[in-house]
Amino acid sequence: MSTLTALAKAAAWSAGTAQPLALVRHVHLAERPLVFVPLALAGEANAPLAAMVGDDPDSPRLLVVSQPRNRDQRFAFAAELADVVVPYIEGFCSATEDVPASRDETRPRFLNAPQLVVPNLAGMGFVRLLGRSTRFRRTTGEFAVAPSVPVLGRWLTYLAERAEHPGSCMLLAATEALSRHWASGQSAMEDLNLAALVGWIDPPPGLTGAEAAEAAEDPVLSPPAGPATDPGFDNEVLEPLIEANGRADGDAALARSRAALERALSGQLLPTWRLVWRALNLLSALPEGGSVARRWDIDRDSFTAYYTYLRDTGLPQPRRDGAVAAARRLDWMERAQATYAAQQAFDDPLAMAEYRMAGEAFAGVVVKAEPERLDDSGKRRRLRPHIMVETADPVTVEKGTVLAAVRRPGQSARVVSVLAESDETASAEGDAEPDGVVRVVLELSGGMGRSLTAAPGSVPEVGEWLCYSSLAVDYQRPWDLPPAEETPWTHGGPPQPYVPADEDAVEEWS
Amino acid sequence: MTNTEARLDQIRGPVPPRPHNARTIAALTSNPACVRRAILDAAGVDKARLAAALGFAAPFGQSRFAITRGNAFEQQVKANGCAELLRLLREQLQLPIPEVSYDDLDEVAGNPSLPVRHARTRQLLTRAADSGDDAGTLFDHPLLCLEVGGRLAYLEPDLIAFRLRGKFHVVEIKSFAAIDGQADPDKVAAAAIQAAVYVLALRQLLAESGHAADLVADEVFLVCPENFSNRPTAARLDVRKQLTVLRRQLSRLTLIAYLVEAMPDVTLDLEPDDTGVPGRPSAELAEVLSLMPARYMPECLASCEMCRFCRAEGRAETATLGRAVREDLGGVEYVETALQLASGELAPPAGLQDATALLRTAARLRLEGLAPPESLVEPQSLAAPESREATA
Repeated sequence: MSTLTALAKAAAWSAGTAQPLALVRHVHLAERPLVFVPLALAGEANAPLAAMVGDDPDSPRLLVVSQPRNRDQRFAFAAELADVVVPYIEGFCSATEDVPASRDETRPRFLNAPQLVVPNLAGMGFVRLLGRSTRFRRTTGEFAVAPSVPVLGRWLTYLAERAEHPGSCMLLAATEALSRHWASGQSAMEDLNLAALVGWIDPPPGLTGAEAAEAAEDPVLSPPAGPATDPGFDNEVLEPLIEANGRADGDAALARSRAALERALSGQLLPTWRLVWRALNLLSALPEGGSVARRWDIDRDSFTAYYTYLRDTGLPQPRRDGAVAAARRLDWMERAQATYAAQQAFDDPLAMAEYRMAGEAFAGVVVKAEPERLDDSGKRRRLRPHIMVETADPVTVEKGTVLAAVRRPGQSARVVSVLAESDETASAEGDAEPDGVVRVVLELSGGMGRSLTAAPGSVPEVGEWLCYSSLAVDYQRPWDLPPAEETPWTHGGPPQPYVPADEDAVEEWS
Repeated sequence: MTNTEARLDQIRGPVPPRPHNARTIAALTSNPACVRRAILDAAGVDKARLAAALGFAAPFGQSRFAITRGNAFEQQVKANGCAELLRLLREQLQLPIPEVSYDDLDEVAGNPSLPVRHARTRQLLTRAADSGDDAGTLFDHPLLCLEVGGRLAYLEPDLIAFRLRGKFHVVEIKSFAAIDGQADPDKVAAAAIQAAVYVLALRQLLAESGHAADLVADEVFLVCPENFSNRPTAARLDVRKQLTVLRRQLSRLTLIAYLVEAMPDVTLDLEPDDTGVPGRPSAELAEVLSLMPARYMPECLASCEMCRFCRAEGRAETATLGRAVREDLGGVEYVETALQLASGELAPPAGLQDATALLRTAARLRLEGLAPPESLVEPQSLAAPESREATA
């Protein structure tokens, strides 16, 4: 949260409708996403109750567990889900392109990657836990499951882990994606309700966003987006239906009771199913940010690598990472976070405004320019134009900092001096205007051609509006970490290579 | 009956007070500055019914599936004289428990009344404390007592009081899963604060017979299902922090007398008819409640039955958007005020100059972000970035 976001929330509250937090879309949207709306049985550890899944908004596939406490039915659910999810994912594992791997080698990369979309963060948690409860299963021996079940588990685990990487878009939560792009007039806690959030962003005709959000809080009109179900529904509808199904005698009675259960659960799932697709539509109306495709490339790289790993070893992810793997993951995520933040700022003036607010960036008009200035202090004379930018932003950059302008990425600008207007006029009362004008003198280098005269247009002219920041989107070197087999004793020594144990495979799920 | 108690009875109206339990006592710590909640709880008002009568029914209920599972798990852990629990404490927590006796305090000679059960609990626990030997003893269904806002609340820990290395320990049985050693942090936090309530009550009970507070460990045992199974697993929880918070909260509640005395003669009696349907107009109830200032924040939505009423009442306040939003808006109380300060419509009042300056910068940057200013000159086409230095 920041003052800018807070102000947008206040404006949304006052206007009765959500306010934009982004001018461009910062998430990749797949042409054919797979939407997954799960429901779990209350009180149990991630016991699937029902789900809607599919890549076509008009024909969701409904999966229902008629006796959620029955272990076999849970695995039957997992197998049914696998029949949808695994072919969807493997459908991306054929067409490849070659990308450079090193100076003269290339590696293949899948042309596209899967995108799973769930309604909310809790739905992501469901994916993670369903992955955890199925990836260790065995397809032979005692407690054998369908061959697709452990494969599903590995992929769901992979997607859930990948979702923790800043900027990754292979597993999206609709609420998270929406609240990145719009500020509602309700609290962050209420934004977790997908129906309410969509209500603020796109209220039905005749209603304000606030009214639509309020209507969305009635669990009868608008069933919760799961995985937790409405307790009222549990007690009044679900429990009698599950009991009736348990008592049903004979095929006809069983089919009837199952149909009733499916109708009830479909009624709970369908509104959310539609909302997720509406959320995707709302997002697709925004123009895609300039760095989105580059981040999707990284997702495709990761997807290709995991596919290869799975094909070569077939091993499930361990219960816990080893020390080296955990450190590597942390390092990767930190760098991804920094890059993601900077990329968003470069793509989106509203995201950059946050950095201007914090003083890490400033924008203003060029008031003076010396495009021919040469630096002759060294042996050779070099072209080092100076420009002066006048800004009202709260500048905190210091002399010597190297900045870059959003529109001139190839040119660096070193801060020569920062002069606040109040310094010049030295007002006696000391009550300078809060947004006093600051003049920043910058020395430019790079991006101006090879000669001692700057190429036309390469030095900003007087009157041009520019935004400079110290944000770096450059490659940052990863930490030097030892290979796993050389893990130092301080970190527990080399980890035992992970071998799936019988214990993992036959773990209870009750 | 003291004057305060009489006033609280009057506020509640002619219905029996709703007893506190560990959950409601724990909830007191989530929003300590809320006078409304403090008074309603002290008076034992049925907040769920009150909220419904106001037209703002509480947004939570409990699924029978969850209740069934919770009870089944607890029974399983306690079966056969807590055999399963003892195994956990011995094997997982490496506690030396040579020998155990098991006392069920559920009823006393067929008498399930609360005071009788409490007296029995007191008698047994005090005797165990006095005897001082290290033989492990389990007390099932003990009944403790804690003074909350001048009233006694009976508390029933899942299973407690267990003499170990010379100390009593509280055991909290929960049915949320610990998967690969990790459980939902919110649920663990809630369990810790509830367990702290029991620790506090147990300490008071023993203090009455002159035993030191540290006879009750500030470490409790949390028992919950392991991974996706019904098999229990145990962990230690340090509740020292929760104890501090609770003690502070409960001492504040004793100040309820001052709050109540400052109020005019009013009641929240719902005036139910013969069938129990409230006959009191909701506007009247709202008026009475307006005398008890609420301190609504979005977190109330998860814990307080009155939340939707308070939210509607405090609509215009920045706090309804969340504590962080309020702080980011410079602590300004009303949303419209913050917007007017930001737009410059309103001159900053004393003390809000800095906040206003920040809001105005934010407003300007937001506008510029939404529609970046045009350059005064048409920027010329940019030269391709050149990495080589120009030298002469």
